[in-house]
Amino acid sequence: MHFVVPLKQHMLRSFTLIATSVAMLVATGSATAEDKTLTVYTYESFTSEWGPGPIVKKAFEAQCECTLEFVPLDSSTGILSRVQLEGENTKADIVLGLDTNLMAVAEDTGLLAPSQVDTSAVKLPIEWTSKTFVPFDYGYFAFVYDTEVLETPPRSLQELIDAPDDLKIIIQDPRTSTPGLGLLLWVKSVYGNKAAEAWEKLQDKILTVTTGWSEAYFSLFLNGEAPMVLSYSTSPAYHMAVDKTERYQAAAFAEGHYLQVEVAALLNSSKNQELGREFLQFMLSDEFQGSLPLTNVMYPSTDIGDALPKEFSKLIQPEYTLLIDSGDIRDNRKQWISEWLDVSSR
Amino acid sequence: MSLAVRQNKSAWWLPGGISLLAIALLAGAPLIALIYAASNLELLSTLSEPYNQQVIRFSLYQAALSTFLSIVLAIPLAVALSREPRFFGRSLLINLFSLSLVIPTIVAIVGLVSVFGKSGLINQLITMANLPAFSIYGLQGILLAHVFFNMPLAARVLLQSLENIPQEQWRLATQLGLPGRSRWRFIEWPAMRPQLVSIAILIFALCFTSFTIVMTLGGGPRATTVEVAIYQALRFDFDLNTAVALALIQLLLCSLIMIVSSVFGAHSAQGISSIKTSHNSYQATGHWINVIIIIIAALFLIVPLISLLLKAFNPAFISILTHAKTLSAIVNTVTVALCAGALAVATGIGLHVSARHLRLRLHKLWGSKALQLAGNIILIIPPVVLGTGLFILLRPYADVFSFALVLVVIINSLMALPFVLRILDGPFLQAAQQHDRLIQSLGITGLARWRYIDWPHLRKPIAYSMAIASTLAAGDLSAIALFGSERVVTLPLLLYQRIGSYRHLEAIATAVLLLFLCLSLFMILQRVIGGKADA
Repeated sequence: MHFVVPLKQHMLRSFTLIATSVAMLVATGSATAEDKTLTVYTYESFTSEWGPGPIVKKAFEAQCECTLEFVPLDSSTGILSRVQLEGENTKADIVLGLDTNLMAVAEDTGLLAPSQVDTSAVKLPIEWTSKTFVPFDYGYFAFVYDTEVLETPPRSLQELIDAPDDLKIIIQDPRTSTPGLGLLLWVKSVYGNKAAEAWEKLQDKILTVTTGWSEAYFSLFLNGEAPMVLSYSTSPAYHMAVDKTERYQAAAFAEGHYLQVEVAALLNSSKNQELGREFLQFMLSDEFQGSLPLTNVMYPSTDIGDALPKEFSKLIQPEYTLLIDSGDIRDNRKQWISEWLDVSSR
Repeated sequence: MSLAVRQNKSAWWLPGGISLLAIALLAGAPLIALIYAASNLELLSTLSEPYNQQVIRFSLYQAALSTFLSIVLAIPLAVALSREPRFFGRSLLINLFSLSLVIPTIVAIVGLVSVFGKSGLINQLITMANLPAFSIYGLQGILLAHVFFNMPLAARVLLQSLENIPQEQWRLATQLGLPGRSRWRFIEWPAMRPQLVSIAILIFALCFTSFTIVMTLGGGPRATTVEVAIYQALRFDFDLNTAVALALIQLLLCSLIMIVSSVFGAHSAQGISSIKTSHNSYQATGHWINVIIIIIAALFLIVPLISLLLKAFNPAFISILTHAKTLSAIVNTVTVALCAGALAVATGIGLHVSARHLRLRLHKLWGSKALQLAGNIILIIPPVVLGTGLFILLRPYADVFSFALVLVVIINSLMALPFVLRILDGPFLQAAQQHDRLIQSLGITGLARWRYIDWPHLRKPIAYSMAIASTLAAGDLSAIALFGSERVVTLPLLLYQRIGSYRHLEAIATAVLLLFLCLSLFMILQRVIGGKADA
C-alpha cells in the first residue's frame, strides 16, 4: 500500500518531465527563476556517505542560506566532458574534482570563469598561480597493494614492468578517470618516447581497466580480485585510521611519484556567480580542509596543523615529485591517449 | 452521406504521409545534421588513427566470427529438432528461441555472467578439473553472448525450412531406403542452404551493430566496436570529431550490409512468425545424438535464466525494490516503453494504410514497398549514430540531458518500427484482400472503415506489435546510455551501472525486476489491446 502514492507521484513526475521537455524543445532558453541552489558536479566517491560530500553540504548550508546540491558523475574526467556536452545550457554552477593535469584542457573550453578567490592560504608542493582554479587537496599516485597477498611489492615502475605476468594490477581508463590519466603521465614522465614500449610490457599484468577509481578500489581490489591497484600514496591512511589495519600499503617507487592537485572552478554560465565564489572560498576554510584527510583521503591544500591525522605521518614520501606542465598535456593528451589505446588494443 | 464519404477518398495518402513526415523529421534531420557537421571536420585524420582502424577491424571480425559460430551450431540443432518431431518439450523449446525478443539483452547478459562468470557454475567445474579459468570479458564473452542470442534465431529459420520440405520427398526417401547420410545430402542440406546466406547476413548485421553486449562484456580498448566507440567518443572525451567520423563510417558500413541483404533477400525482423510443424513420417536416425544435441542447446538457453531467478531473491532484492532510484527508473521505463511503443505502432499503421491503398487500388507495388522500406531506416542509422545526430542537432539550443526521455522515446520507437511493420504486414494485406471489394461496393472509407472492418480484424496483430515494440523499448540500453544521467535513469541503465560497478547481487535483483516488468508489459498489452484470447 505504501507503494501506491509515490508511484503515482513518480508517474506524474515522469509524464510532466516529458511534457516539460517538449515545452523546452519549443521554447528553449527560457530563464528559470533564481532559487538559490548551488549545483556542483563532482565524482561519485566525493558524494558517498563516507565521503566529504555530506559534511561539506551541512557546513556550507549552515552559512549560505542556500541549498548545496552535489551531482555525482561516473568519473572525474566525466565532469569535464559532461559540462562540455551540456555547453552553455549546463545546470552546473561549480565543477569540483578536476585536477592539475586537466586545467589547461578545461580552461580552453571557455566555459570557466575566474575564481577571484584569495589563495594565499594554499600550501602545496608546487607554487599556485592559476586564477581560475581553486586547489582543494593533493596526493601522489601510487600502487596500493595487499600485504597479505604480496609480500615484496615492486620497488620501482621498472620493477613493476619487469615483474612476472602473474602479478595482476587494476588500473583506470585515462579517458575517464584522473588517476588513469595520472598513470599515463607518470609513465610518460619516466619513459618519455619509450612509454609505448613500457605499456606494452605492462599489458599482460593489467587485470582490467575500469572507468572510475571507485570500481577499481572498492569493488575489485578490496574484494581480492587483484593484489595491486592504482590509487594514491594516501590511501593506506584511511585503512590505518578507520579500519585500524596496516594490511593495505602503498609501494614506494624509485623513479618518484606523480603529483595530483585536485581543483574546483566556477562556470561562466552560472547564474549564481557570487554564491559560487563564496563556495570556492569556503573550500579553503579550515572546516572544509579539515574534513578531507579521512573522507577524501588526500592531503589538504592548506596547513591545518594538528588537525591532520597522525596516520598521515606514516605514509611513504616520494623521493621525486613528477608533474608535467598542464599546457604540454593539453597539446599532447589526445596523441598520448591514442598511443595508449593503440598499445592496449593490440 | 455516401457522397460526403466519397470525397474523403483522396485522403488515402494522409496516414502514410504523416508517418513519412515523422520519420523524415525524427531520423532525417539528425542524419543531415551529422553529414553537415562532418563537412567541417578532418575525417581522414581521425580515421587514419590506428586505434580507430583497430575498432573497425574488431567490429567486422567479431561479427563474422559470431555469425559463423551461430550458424554452425544452429545447423545440427535444427536438424536434430526436425528429426525428433515428438521430443518432449519440443514446442516449448522452439518458443524459447523467440524469447530473446522479449528478454532484454542486458538481462540475459547478467544471466550469462552468473553461469559463465568468475564464480559461476562453469568456472567452478573448470577449476575442479584444474583447467585455466574461462573469462567472460573480452572477445570470448562477446562471442558467447552473440551465440546465445543468434543461434536460436538461426535454428528457428533453418528448422522452418526443414519443416517446409514436402511430405512426398520424405515418402520417396523412405521408399528408396535412403540412409542417414544421403538423407542429409539430398534432402535436408538442399532445403537449408538457400536460407543460410540471408540468415548469415541478418546475424552479421545484428552483431556488427551490437551495443549492449559489447558495452557490458567488452568495451576495453581490446574489445570495442564502432557503435561503442561512438558512445565513448561522445560521453568520455566529448570528441565530436571522432564521434561524427565513426558515425559516418558506421552509416556507410550499415548501408553496405543493407544493400547486400536486399540483394540476397534477407528479412530484417526475423523470428517473429510462428513455426508450422509438419510431422514427417521418416524414421528417425541417430536418435541419441539428436537427443544430446537438443538437451545441450536447451541447457545453454535455460540455465542462465534459471540461475538468474535462483539468485534473485538475495538480501539485496528488497532494498533494491524499495530504493527511490529504482522506483523512478521503473516509472521512466514504463513511460518510455508505452510512448515508444505507441509511436512505433501509430507510424507503422499509417505506413500500412497508405501502402495497402497503393498496392491494391492503385496497383503500385513499388510505391507500397518504398513506404515500408522507409520504416526500416534504423537498420541503416543504428541507435547510437541516430543519437549522435540528434545530439549535434539539438545541443546548440538546449541541454539535451533535460529532455532525455523524449530523445529515448524517439530512438526506441524507430528501433521498434521494423518489427511493427513486419508483424502488421501480413494481417493488413489479408484483411484488405478479403474485404476490399465489399468495402468499395459499400463505399465505406476513412474512420468508418477503420472502425467496422479494420479494427476488429487487426486488433490482435496490432496488440502483438504494440507488445513487442514496448517490450523492446523497455529493455533497450543504447539510447538511454547516450542520454541518461543521474537525473534520468531507466531500469536498463540502472542495471548497466550496477554491473559496471561490479555489484553482482544488486545487478541480479535489478535484472529480474526488469525481466518481470518486460514480461508483464508484454502480456498486459496483448490482453488489454487485443482483447480476450479466444475472441
